[in-house]
Amino acid sequence: MNMTAVTEHTSLVSVVVDFFRRIGHFIKLMSRNKIGFLGFLLFLSFIFMATVGTYLIEEPTHSDITAIYSPPSAEHILGTDSQGKDIWSQIVHGSTDILKMALFTGVITTFIGVTLGSVSALVGGNFDAFLSMMADIWLTIPQFPLLAVIATLVKLNNILMLSVLLSVLSWAGLYRSIRAQVLSLKERDYVEAAIALDLGLWHTVFHEVLPNMMSYIVISFTFAMRQAIYAQVGLVFLGLVPLTRNWGVMINLAWTQGAIFFRDSIYFIMAPVTAIALFVLSVVWMTRSLEEIFNPRLRTG
Amino acid sequence: MNESTTANKTIPKQESLGYWLKKIYSNFWVQKLARTAFTIWFVTTIIFLLVRLMPSNPIEVYINELILQYGLTYDEARDQAASLFALDLHSPMYVQYFDYLNSLLHGSLGTSLRSPGTPVTSIILKYLPWTLFSVGIGLLISFTVGVAIGMVTAYQRDSWWEPLVSGMASVLSSIPSYIIGIVLLVVLGIYLEVIPVNEMRGSMTPGMQPGFTWEFISDIFFHAFLPIATYVLATSGNWLLTMKSSTMSTLGEDYVTVARARGLTEGRIITAYVGRNAMLPLVTQLLISLGFVVGGSILIENIFVYPGIGFRLLQSLNTRDYPLMQGIFLIITVSVVISNLLADFIYGWLDPRVRVAGGE
Repeated sequence: MNMTAVTEHTSLVSVVVDFFRRIGHFIKLMSRNKIGFLGFLLFLSFIFMATVGTYLIEEPTHSDITAIYSPPSAEHILGTDSQGKDIWSQIVHGSTDILKMALFTGVITTFIGVTLGSVSALVGGNFDAFLSMMADIWLTIPQFPLLAVIATLVKLNNILMLSVLLSVLSWAGLYRSIRAQVLSLKERDYVEAAIALDLGLWHTVFHEVLPNMMSYIVISFTFAMRQAIYAQVGLVFLGLVPLTRNWGVMINLAWTQGAIFFRDSIYFIMAPVTAIALFVLSVVWMTRSLEEIFNPRLRTG
Repeated sequence: MNESTTANKTIPKQESLGYWLKKIYSNFWVQKLARTAFTIWFVTTIIFLLVRLMPSNPIEVYINELILQYGLTYDEARDQAASLFALDLHSPMYVQYFDYLNSLLHGSLGTSLRSPGTPVTSIILKYLPWTLFSVGIGLLISFTVGVAIGMVTAYQRDSWWEPLVSGMASVLSSIPSYIIGIVLLVVLGIYLEVIPVNEMRGSMTPGMQPGFTWEFISDIFFHAFLPIATYVLATSGNWLLTMKSSTMSTLGEDYVTVARARGLTEGRIITAYVGRNAMLPLVTQLLISLGFVVGGSILIENIFVYPGIGFRLLQSLNTRDYPLMQGIFLIITVSVVISNLLADFIYGWLDPRVRVAGGE
């Protein structure tokens, strides 16, 4: 990315122009991979839905007993549920929880994984040996049942807490891949130079190692987001986490009310299911473009 | 691992205890066994700490419940709780911990709270086989299908349908398995009514006599069809993609070129040279995915009302049946850990290099 020297005439206009130029450049890079760009656009529309959308679309509080399980119409784009509430509005208002949770978990997991992985690889010795042994062991413990057990012992009614718990539980996978990356980067000349010059662990990690493994970090970030969606929707679907207004809750409601076995309710159950599938796919597809941006060697043509 | 090999070189051979201990530990099989034992101990300790030290300690919760429901005194309630949890609540924590480990070693997991008098082990023995059956068959099918199609797509990577197959595989492997399960149930079972989902519930038709008869075997496959189909759909995409890329990189190896130059038949090259080597990385993936699939069985088995261990685990979670929950979680982990060990051994047998290098 080009660093233009705009600092000399820092008028507001040039700053704004530069900002848009950078965004334009970013979008151009993103659009090199068609599927990746599609995922990126989908992801942006989910963010739009979760932020602006919740103000544009009325909250799903209004129930209409005369219009139970009505099929899609102009008034109700996706039809109505068992209480005559609009399904589209529930999808829009349910997106905020999922997105927040996915982003929180992505950030916290990446932070834990990157810090532990790079420190462990750079420090080496017994510390490294101990952590990698623990990671190997931790990886064999089935995460979802453990999460389900913890959810019954601790009240997890808060998204941030759930994110932190999820991140702590899934530290091992990311730790392993980051550690392997850092171990291979450690052999490079510039990192050896930084260590030899005794520039300090902090400088070595954040200035020499991390910028060169951004593509791995981005992939790990999106992977953590996927795991977060899986776990959160799963827990909510099983009714183990008392969250309200969320795609998982919609499936859970359809489930517990037996609506899942009712032909007319297909929109009620398929709407959140499709939303979850599309959101996960948007994240997966977007990763392809991001991978190419941060790892120029992957770019073709 | 490096330390031990260099130590062997520099220090002259000495027959001290430390030397032999190091030598025994650096043995591939011993190392794997020790790690398995440590993992199982680690998990049991975590469970003990979770159940005993949590702020809303399940035992205290249960004691309060007894006091409120039956008007028992605290001591009476505590004694009853202690017998159910197979714990002596009078003794200090570390004694309780060793008692717990001791009773586990003797195969006792306590008794269920909600169906009093029933040992947890007998409940587990009733439900676990169905999970092992459905997950095992599901993974076997998906592994075979994924590896086969993956190899074909690697050979036919220039064909028009290759992007289509790979695209489908990547979509299926990204979507959470329970979403696939719900779609199968709702679309095939309820909307299109091509699958009789209501008859398929349970592990077998009531009154069916277990045995090596065609009726019984076809019946259990009929009942396990939807869970197995879900596991296959959810995991085969991943096998396919990994096998495809692994085969493609194997095709570029020197030994394949040499085999071609020697004039070996293409069939022999595919099976003995390409396929066997390309499958190696998939075996390690099989272990990681096994834990994931067994973990996901809580969701899948509840969607299809299939009475496996995941189905029973959710019931025990909802009814706060702590001894049962504790036991099932332990059994799930132990079965995953032991299958990891098996897969490690298989891998060590398939690829002699890891035995020498110590797995790294």
